[in-house]
Amino acid sequence: MSEIAFFGAVEIGLVYALVALGVYLSFRVLDFPDLTVDGSFPLGAAVCATLLVAGVNPWIASLVAALAGSMAGLVTATLNVRFKILHLLASILTMIALFSVNLRVMGRPNVALLMQDTVLTPFYGLGLPDHVVRPLVVLVVVVVIVLLLTRFLNSEFGLAMRATGVNARMARAQGVQTDFHIYAGMALSNGLCALAGALFAQTNGFADVTTGIGTIVVGLAAVIVGETVLPARAMLWALVGCVVGSILYRLAVQLALSADAIGLQASDLNLVTAVLVAVALILPRMRLKAASKKREAAR
Amino acid sequence: MTITRLFLAAATAAVALTSAAAFAQTKTVAITAIVEHPALDATRDGVIEALKAAGYTPGDTLKVEYQSAQGNPATAAQIARQFAGARPDVIVPISTPSAQAVVASTREIPVVFTAVTDPVGAQLVRSLEKPGANVTGVSDMAPVAEHVALIREIVPSVKRLGVLYNAGEPNSVSLVKALKDEAQKAGLTVVEATATKSADAQPAARSLVGKADAIYVPLDNTVVSALESVVAVGQQAKLPVFSADTDSVARGTVASIGFDYRQVGRQTGEAVVRILKGEKPGDVPVTFAKGTDLFVNPKSAAAMGVTIPEAVTKRATKVVGQ
Repeated sequence: MSEIAFFGAVEIGLVYALVALGVYLSFRVLDFPDLTVDGSFPLGAAVCATLLVAGVNPWIASLVAALAGSMAGLVTATLNVRFKILHLLASILTMIALFSVNLRVMGRPNVALLMQDTVLTPFYGLGLPDHVVRPLVVLVVVVVIVLLLTRFLNSEFGLAMRATGVNARMARAQGVQTDFHIYAGMALSNGLCALAGALFAQTNGFADVTTGIGTIVVGLAAVIVGETVLPARAMLWALVGCVVGSILYRLAVQLALSADAIGLQASDLNLVTAVLVAVALILPRMRLKAASKKREAAR
Repeated sequence: MTITRLFLAAATAAVALTSAAAFAQTKTVAITAIVEHPALDATRDGVIEALKAAGYTPGDTLKVEYQSAQGNPATAAQIARQFAGARPDVIVPISTPSAQAVVASTREIPVVFTAVTDPVGAQLVRSLEKPGANVTGVSDMAPVAEHVALIREIVPSVKRLGVLYNAGEPNSVSLVKALKDEAQKAGLTVVEATATKSADAQPAARSLVGKADAIYVPLDNTVVSALESVVAVGQQAKLPVFSADTDSVARGTVASIGFDYRQVGRQTGEAVVRILKGEKPGDVPVTFAKGTDLFVNPKSAAAMGVTIPEAVTKRATKVVGQ
């Protein structure tokens, strides 16, 4: 793995860490399986790219992109909470609708950003190579968000949201407005995914309607790999686990890309990636089993 | 933390394996496509064919590396980074998102993109004639000039060319712009008729009767989805209907020229060879893919009151309806 490839994997891992954090919020905190992310990620890319082309400041464009994602999350939450549509179906409806919305936002299937100023532009001239600058900038964004999110989830409001996900009926009995927390959580979750989309568009020079495919899978994989590698109870470490999981997932893809050295073909990529992640998930369990057997033998 | 260590160990092994393969004398060409797909695969094979023809033998004087993103743009971005780090002699990205990801990843390694419809709009190059920087390539924009020439060959009396499209489709709009340029060069006037939904295609086609001598249908989703209604108007009014895509010929248009993507790949490979021989990508103009598949439909032509000249039928790659 060359240095550029390594930093590239870390960079894309960090971008998708925001997706992982979003998925952690919906899937783990709220217990809401949310496929909206396959639409909100490209929505963020589309909104950000369109605004950048129109000459808007990159940070503002990224922020508006995140807000657009939040709106998408609210739509899913409304379908589920207000109209009692099953969460999986509600999120699928929003996701497919967003494909058309994204085409409308961009006016065409692909918007190029190779010649636009992005949030990265000011940092390119500072003496570090581009492939180091990109992950560094994204890292700063991710660190800030992890810290904010930790504070949020440990606040009274955040604790109520966690209670909503664990046991909604009990939370309601304690006076928690569960519906409101689902709205807030879904907005936050999809806002993060859209921000990831905005950063992806800016670091890779394009927004494309197809960018969303498989986002949820990547996010879930990152969350679960993170939980396996970094089993933690404290909120901060659980969120750091999502980030670490996302980077490890990208390193797994990077390994899979080099798999032709052992006789595999380019078309085997997804299979190899899946196997690598599965191994990462199975190994710790086997280690645990071996450890408990040893303990029993010692008795 | 054993997992992390396992990943790192495997990563180191992968480095050793990949770098050992790249030795000094051979040229390395790294090819990537967004997805496995017959047209894109044919393009890749064409590139390798052209390299072979120029004396670069895979496995001997040429190392070809190929990666498919399997439809996932994030993977495409990662492949772009991998190639940027592996420093091949030329990177050949197939399709627009792959090309954009590669161009975003390297400003030094020569890039020859292919199967990109609008390279300037995709911001891969600033201009087609003098791309500058490290990028050049081949565009698969519909061969409008060849279409105009074909229409004039089959309908020599054509003076006014009707074009039927949805003004809300960006691809069609840019194609109509190109059509106007080409028509002007050929001394034709373009008469526009637009349809915003499929149901409007037939009235729009009717509005061209008496105002145009032939109808050209670009690869427009709205109009092509209602193609039969346009063909019906053509037959009633003895107004020949041509299409930009070869698939529509079987549905009743008179003729079209389309791409053989293996040929597009060969054309791309020729540009790659120029760069391997030492030319700078910035000095190699972007070329448009030449259409080589000619489809004709004599039955439809007869119904629309025209005869396809024998010269055209003879060189057709496919005669529909026989």
